[in-house]
Amino acid sequence: MATLKEMASKEELFTGGHRACAGCAFPIAAKLALKAANNPVVVACATGCMEVATTIYPYTAWKSSFIHSAFENAAATISGVEAAWQALTRKGKLDQKFDLIAFGGDGGTYDIGFQALSGAMERGHNILYICYDNGAYMNTGVQRSSATPFGTHTTTSPAGRVQQGKRQLRKDLTQIIAAHGVPYVAQTTTGHWSDYVKKVEKALAVDGPAFINVLAPCRLGWGYPPEDTVKIAQEAVQCCFWPAYEVENGVWRITVKVREKTPVADWLKKQARFRHLFRPGNEGLLEEIQAEVDRKWAELLKRTEESAELSA
Amino acid sequence: MGNSALANEAVKSVALTGNEAVATAMRQIHPDVVAAYPITPQTEIVQIFSTFVADGLVQTEFVPVESEHSAMSATVGASAAGARAMTATSANGLALMWEVLYIAAGLRLPIVMPVVNRALSAPINIHCDHSDTMGARDSGWIQLYSENAQEAYDNLIQAVRIAEHPEVNLPVMVMMDGFIISHGMENVFLLSDEEVRKFVGERKPHYTLLDAENPITVGPLDLQDFYFEHRRQQAEAMFNADKVVQEVADEFAKLSGRQYEFFEAYKLDDAEMAIVVIGSTAGTAKYVVNELRAKGVKAGLLKMRMFRPFPAARLREALADIPAVAVMDRADSLAACGGPLFGDLRAALYSASKRPLMNNYIYGLGGRDVTLDHIRTVYQDLEEMLRTGEVKREINYLGVRE
Amino acid sequence: MAVKEKPVAQEVQKPGWKSIPIGGLILRGGTAAEFHTGDWRTEKPIWDGEKCTNCYLCWVYCPDTSILLEDGKVVGVDYDHCKGCGICAAVCPPKVRAIEMVPDRD
Repeated sequence: MATLKEMASKEELFTGGHRACAGCAFPIAAKLALKAANNPVVVACATGCMEVATTIYPYTAWKSSFIHSAFENAAATISGVEAAWQALTRKGKLDQKFDLIAFGGDGGTYDIGFQALSGAMERGHNILYICYDNGAYMNTGVQRSSATPFGTHTTTSPAGRVQQGKRQLRKDLTQIIAAHGVPYVAQTTTGHWSDYVKKVEKALAVDGPAFINVLAPCRLGWGYPPEDTVKIAQEAVQCCFWPAYEVENGVWRITVKVREKTPVADWLKKQARFRHLFRPGNEGLLEEIQAEVDRKWAELLKRTEESAELSA
Repeated sequence: MGNSALANEAVKSVALTGNEAVATAMRQIHPDVVAAYPITPQTEIVQIFSTFVADGLVQTEFVPVESEHSAMSATVGASAAGARAMTATSANGLALMWEVLYIAAGLRLPIVMPVVNRALSAPINIHCDHSDTMGARDSGWIQLYSENAQEAYDNLIQAVRIAEHPEVNLPVMVMMDGFIISHGMENVFLLSDEEVRKFVGERKPHYTLLDAENPITVGPLDLQDFYFEHRRQQAEAMFNADKVVQEVADEFAKLSGRQYEFFEAYKLDDAEMAIVVIGSTAGTAKYVVNELRAKGVKAGLLKMRMFRPFPAARLREALADIPAVAVMDRADSLAACGGPLFGDLRAALYSASKRPLMNNYIYGLGGRDVTLDHIRTVYQDLEEMLRTGEVKREINYLGVRE
Repeated sequence: MAVKEKPVAQEVQKPGWKSIPIGGLILRGGTAAEFHTGDWRTEKPIWDGEKCTNCYLCWVYCPDTSILLEDGKVVGVDYDHCKGCGICAAVCPPKVRAIEMVPDRD
């Protein structure tokens, strides 16, 4: 993997001057992905914060090629770019490798872009899809998505007198994509630069589709001070709400060790979107959330242990 | 017919369905990328093209997408990446592409797409009418309609040149009537592979995502300060297309001996009454025109080929002097001022100093047969209009049970 | 927050439809660098070259590509683009503390 010093010496392909909020996490995912690439990059981006903030005509933060088409079709768009690359290379009209990366938020990936993503993964294009998951439709003003955690207050799952935030569990998209049997699937956070860069490098190196789900905190939607963007992502891993792991050719591996599993409530407490859960009478909800995190964590451990046994 | 056309007489006509003719044109055009999804009655095009890929007759990258939305999206991605990219669809498939149709045009991508016309749901119906593509008339695509398989074949080949012309850079859809043309067998004169290859040439994109030296940003957020300018450019390209469509048609005529115009004026010069129609119904109507002419009735017909851009000035020139005109729409604009063709045509004629009496017939929805008797009725109505100087009923539903 | 007048591109007469690339294309990469977001700041990071150990953590996590490097060494902050989020100061190791956030009263 490239060292920080090596990365620092590479050309900066993602500039400042974009309009993301101060302390936003997705620019970290964008710029590090470009740093991790070893070929010229074409980015396809779903409608959402990343597209809106980085490409306001006539400004673009991208020094790689970039295409935005619509909300739900980043995966299909990059499929087309890849098909063009295949054909033009085969016909002898092009002699240049490219790293083809699609970005989408959780709304554009888990929800409206889910079908296009599944299709692109199944067809086996040589692409990397990176979902920057901030757990809600942030660009339109924090509406719940299928990535929103249970109990979260959003503008369409508000905490009210009779309902306490989102009533459903979040969709586990990383596992769903792993079930597609593609060569590389991983999840990590924007607070784990080294883990993230390593995963992007691996994902770009495989021949075929790869998917990375990167937790990208949103200070506005989550409600925490902007300087905590890195820390809050790191703590999501330490409380096992968002384990950092990879599934490489079917082998499940945890990539960021959890030294001492912290209570999920400690993490929730730091975010305004969960404030209502700490009101008297909602103790049961906190217990439910912890139980679900424990269940998912145990399930993941089991998978990684099974993988270790099989590959031993 | 020119010399090259004579030379072409050596080429035997081949019995083909419309779908087969279009798939053959696609093989000869040899696009870099085809991303498509099956839908009746377009399915055969994708199937046949897949066999070309499987048999190594083309080097095209075929992307069997999971929906029409992704078909158009992948085609957009491929086209922006510098590829000559195509797809094909019908009805609900076109409707699912809707959002991306506008994007393809707005991004100025020269995508070419055959559309096999079929009624839109609900109720679901697989047969021909023009409600699908008529709904897309403001999407910024150039629209060429075909009367038969020969025209569909010829239009598709010309569409590539029109779309990729540097003054145009717009997507083109080429229509044929579902089942009536797509599945009907007729004799089609084919150009040789070499002739088509030379005619369409290589795509020379003015930019591409796959130019490592010159990275570009495609599809940025375009706000109050520039969006309007970009839309104005699009309108200009549509105006330019008018000229380019005719240039390409003239060049195609030299190659094939088949001359295309924006519309076909059939026995219109001295006509006292005329029908304006789109697609396969023109064939039926021409038969009736001949019948009437034999009886000394000065009947004529105008068959639209290019609906977008709308050749308003030329239509005005062709129709203003005809005393009575009936416009036949195979699509309804429910409770608007008649069907889409009627609305546009009447608007085009408004600025003429002399205007025909006009009425409108909504017909053939959901594949309802259009018989000779239906067309005869329309001409009878026109005769009555001429005699009385009055339009009895402006909007008429033809061939529907009361 | 106050939006200041921008003396850059958007102040000059904007070009008409005949002179801009078609389709909303931006034919040059990284033009966002010409747009200054520095005036969004309410706090400002002050970098201390004496204390900095060049661990690059501020550089790697800065969302606005605003940590300036020269010959592989951190040399300061790009105040044209820095929005003052404070991530750089937060990720600077506790034993180093080379970046301090101070109110930006510009």
